[in-house]
Amino acid sequence: MLMAIIIMGGVAFFFSTVLVIADKKLRVEVDPRIEEIAALLPQANCGGCGFPGCKGYATAIVMNGAPVGKCAPSGAEVNEAIGRIMGVEVSERVRRVVRVHCRGAESVAARKALYVGIPSCQAVSMVQSGDKLCDWGCLGYGDCAKACPFGGITLGENGLPQVNEEVCTGCGLCVASCPKKILQLHGIDERVIVACRSEDPPKQAKSSCANACIGCGICARACPEAVEVKNHLACVKDPGGFSDECIAKLEKCPTGAIGPVDQGKAEALRAEGA
Amino acid sequence: MTLVIIFVSALLINNFVLAQFLGICSFIGISNNMTSSVSMGMAVTFVMVLTAVVCWPIYFLVLVPAHLEFLQTLTFILVVACLVQFVEMFIKKTSIALYDALGIYLPLITTNCAILGFALIAVTRNYSYLETIVYGVGSGLGYTLAMVLMAGVRGKLETADIPKPLQGPGIVLITAGIMALAFMGFAGLIK
Repeated sequence: MLMAIIIMGGVAFFFSTVLVIADKKLRVEVDPRIEEIAALLPQANCGGCGFPGCKGYATAIVMNGAPVGKCAPSGAEVNEAIGRIMGVEVSERVRRVVRVHCRGAESVAARKALYVGIPSCQAVSMVQSGDKLCDWGCLGYGDCAKACPFGGITLGENGLPQVNEEVCTGCGLCVASCPKKILQLHGIDERVIVACRSEDPPKQAKSSCANACIGCGICARACPEAVEVKNHLACVKDPGGFSDECIAKLEKCPTGAIGPVDQGKAEALRAEGA
Repeated sequence: MTLVIIFVSALLINNFVLAQFLGICSFIGISNNMTSSVSMGMAVTFVMVLTAVVCWPIYFLVLVPAHLEFLQTLTFILVVACLVQFVEMFIKKTSIALYDALGIYLPLITTNCAILGFALIAVTRNYSYLETIVYGVGSGLGYTLAMVLMAGVRGKLETADIPKPLQGPGIVLITAGIMALAFMGFAGLIK
């Protein structure tokens, strides 16, 4: 009995001594600011900043002087706090959110075939570039919703993704997941969106989707400063070039492909200082 | 020859995961990703060999002469825990790249039943020092093999349409069971 206690005690004592010595000798000095900054970051590890995860970005800020304010998910407050830790000013930047460039809902954009297989946009787009008649439009299998680490995208009843702009952090993971490049990042203050990506000639575009841009150019004549038509598709060339009058004129768009973003929502968000 | 038999037996026939069902928790938890499976497998192999190196002398040179064999479980847990802690500090100091690769897996291994099971089985079989070390290498690589195979299968499962109640650990356990059946085929390899 006594022997057992002595031996166990001896072994335990030996190893604890080794650990104590090792702790003293092998201690690695880590800059405490890395931990502080990592604690502030959202821990979503979305990679939107271009560094491997939140810890990686925190390390890069402290060790390699990476710019503060690259973290899209954390708001201005967090970036300011990080700036205070590092003692640098953070330039104010417009919050970016993802917006959907397609209005080809199930009811207006016909499918050319019945697809049976892996239910993912990436997989579907490999077969005949998708099962929709329109080769440019949203396939509606929800890769973007699966990619969003914040649960900000849901597939609506109409088969199109719906972005909750209050939740969207602009990390861009959904943008990368979409094989049709339907989702794109925009400044939250951009007021007009071209909700179509089809560069098909007008007749073909119209026959594959009732909401497609047919490149008629009414919008380009209404807002010559801000819109141009390229490859049968209206493009916003200067998001700041829209005046209130010309936005009102955009209502003349025959298919509704170009139009104002839901401004009420955007205004409310700006008022919150987000 | 004995060494080869011990090695192959630990690697395939008595595979820790698929024949002895040890270390299942980490097997289910980490095998969803090929890179981390390999890292975890390497970390387990590494710790198993270290356990072999340290536990054998403690058992045969300290516990057996003092007739305290019944303390083996307690001692091995203590030794493995301290050892892993020490190794973690050592790697962090010497190679930060290796630490980043193994780092989060090392503490997980501290309480891994495969490691403790390995130490206990090795002493009950009365292996010599060298045999214990070879047994450690074989067991660790066997664990790695099972992890890598499972990670490959799970990669395919990602795209499969799995019934809802079986999603997650359920389908993995079923797959592991089928793999274990397949590994039973190795039983006739060595007479």
